Amino acid sequence: MAKKETVRPALLDEALAFGGPIVVFDHVDLAFDEKVILRQVSFTLQTGHTKIFLGASGAGKSTILRLALGLLKPDAGRIFVNGEQIDGLSEDALMRVRADLGMVFQEGALFDSLTVRENVGYKLAEELKWPADKVDARVKEVLGFIGLTEFIDRMPSDLSGGQRRRVAIARAMAAKPRILLYDEPTTGLDPITSLTVDEEIIKLRDLEEVSSVLVTHQLRDAFFVAEHAATRAGAEVKFDRAAEGKSDQAEFIMLKDGGILFEGNATELRAAARQDPYIGSFLS
Amino acid sequence: MATKLETWAKDAVLEVQEYVKLLARFGRAAVTPPFYFRDIVEQFDSIGIGSLTVVLLAGLFTGMVLALNSGITLDQFGARSMVGRLISASMVKELGPVLTGLMVAGRVGSGIAAELGSMLVTDQIAALRALGTDPVRKLVVPRVLAGLIMMPMLSVLATGIGMVGGWIVTVLQFHVASTVYWSSVVQGLYMQDVWMGLIKPLFLGFTIVTIGCHVGLRTTGGTQGVGNSTKLAVVASSVAVIAVDFMVTKILIVLLY
Repeated sequence: MAKKETVRPALLDEALAFGGPIVVFDHVDLAFDEKVILRQVSFTLQTGHTKIFLGASGAGKSTILRLALGLLKPDAGRIFVNGEQIDGLSEDALMRVRADLGMVFQEGALFDSLTVRENVGYKLAEELKWPADKVDARVKEVLGFIGLTEFIDRMPSDLSGGQRRRVAIARAMAAKPRILLYDEPTTGLDPITSLTVDEEIIKLRDLEEVSSVLVTHQLRDAFFVAEHAATRAGAEVKFDRAAEGKSDQAEFIMLKDGGILFEGNATELRAAARQDPYIGSFLS
Repeated sequence: MATKLETWAKDAVLEVQEYVKLLARFGRAAVTPPFYFRDIVEQFDSIGIGSLTVVLLAGLFTGMVLALNSGITLDQFGARSMVGRLISASMVKELGPVLTGLMVAGRVGSGIAAELGSMLVTDQIAALRALGTDPVRKLVVPRVLAGLIMMPMLSVLATGIGMVGGWIVTVLQFHVASTVYWSSVVQGLYMQDVWMGLIKPLFLGFTIVTIGCHVGLRTTGGTQGVGNSTKLAVVASSVAVIAVDFMVTKILIVLLY
């Protein structure tokens, strides 16, 4: 892997090494007019770990991703990304923070007028001003990683739903961000295609050491991502059940009415489902 | 009733505030890097070359119908040789810029609102921001620059083709000699009229494109919202073309004549 484009001070790099607090929400409130979206939400995503947000539609899951990206500003509370407090930053200053973030939007949000090659290489060519041959090499590398090299010259409209999501993942990872945010990446996909998307998320986390925040209401996918690990076996990538310590690196957060109802690992979530009727009904 | 009026007034003030904020962001983005040159060239092609056919056809038929109507009237006074004068004055000062403005409002204003609106409701604008791109620099600046520069050019072409249309009718219908028509056209032209014909489209182009961008970027409500934005962009920019035309004419008369 080539050196990362974004440079952090050495001290901060040390503080944000594996297990460090790479995304922090501290008592965040957000309301649109009279409607409360988030109420006193606090959590910490550690470097190399995964946070999985569950909750009913409208619970505020996607809003958390938009706040982390700086697309929305909180009414109260503090948000830190990569060691920088972002809630008060201007749009121009946020561009610097976003250099180290990638986001996979619901439905992919690929640019209609650009080919897969141009979509995936967008940030490298337009924002980082990489030379064309370097962009092309990186685009082919990430498309190879997600297994879509042969679709490089297709338009997004020529792709299936699952292929679009995977291209969106390729676009988000092309600039090698340290943090990836996934907004319902498997919603509306069939189980087999969902599994390929889940595997891409696991590969990025375990093989590329990307910290991730996953928003979903697909429990099957959430548990699969939390409880599986990817390892390289020569040219192949193997997916096995994660060891106990490894699966603890994926934490679930369940939102209800804008607040955090539950926070813990997969085993604790299953235990909570037996005691809390709401969590139980959600998991049943 | 009072509450409805209050809500309407608040919404109107909010729209004006957001429009002014967009103009301020455009002003800053237009003079500071990064610039997206490829997008600027694409928009010159899309707004300028793409509007050429409709603008030329509108100009041609306007010149022809103007010649027909004014020819019949002037003929009653034995002044059919003055048709060229009337056409040049009307086309250069007023009809060329305004008709081009209305055509561009219909074609470009609606297109911009629909394109940006679709990008907004499908999260492509959010994706741009997530990838580190300021949507105003990438989407608004190229369109506004293209509108500013291509509108005067389109207006000049519409005016020119309108004069040609007038010439065809004057020669074929009223049997006026070509030389008489063209010398009448030149006699009817004053430098102030030419300036007015060049300055007005600058303002009209700016107005049409900024309204299209503003409406597109304020789209809400999915695909239905995109339809509403498209409709609103055409209506608002068409009315704005007439209103801005009046205001700019008033100012230019004071400054130039």
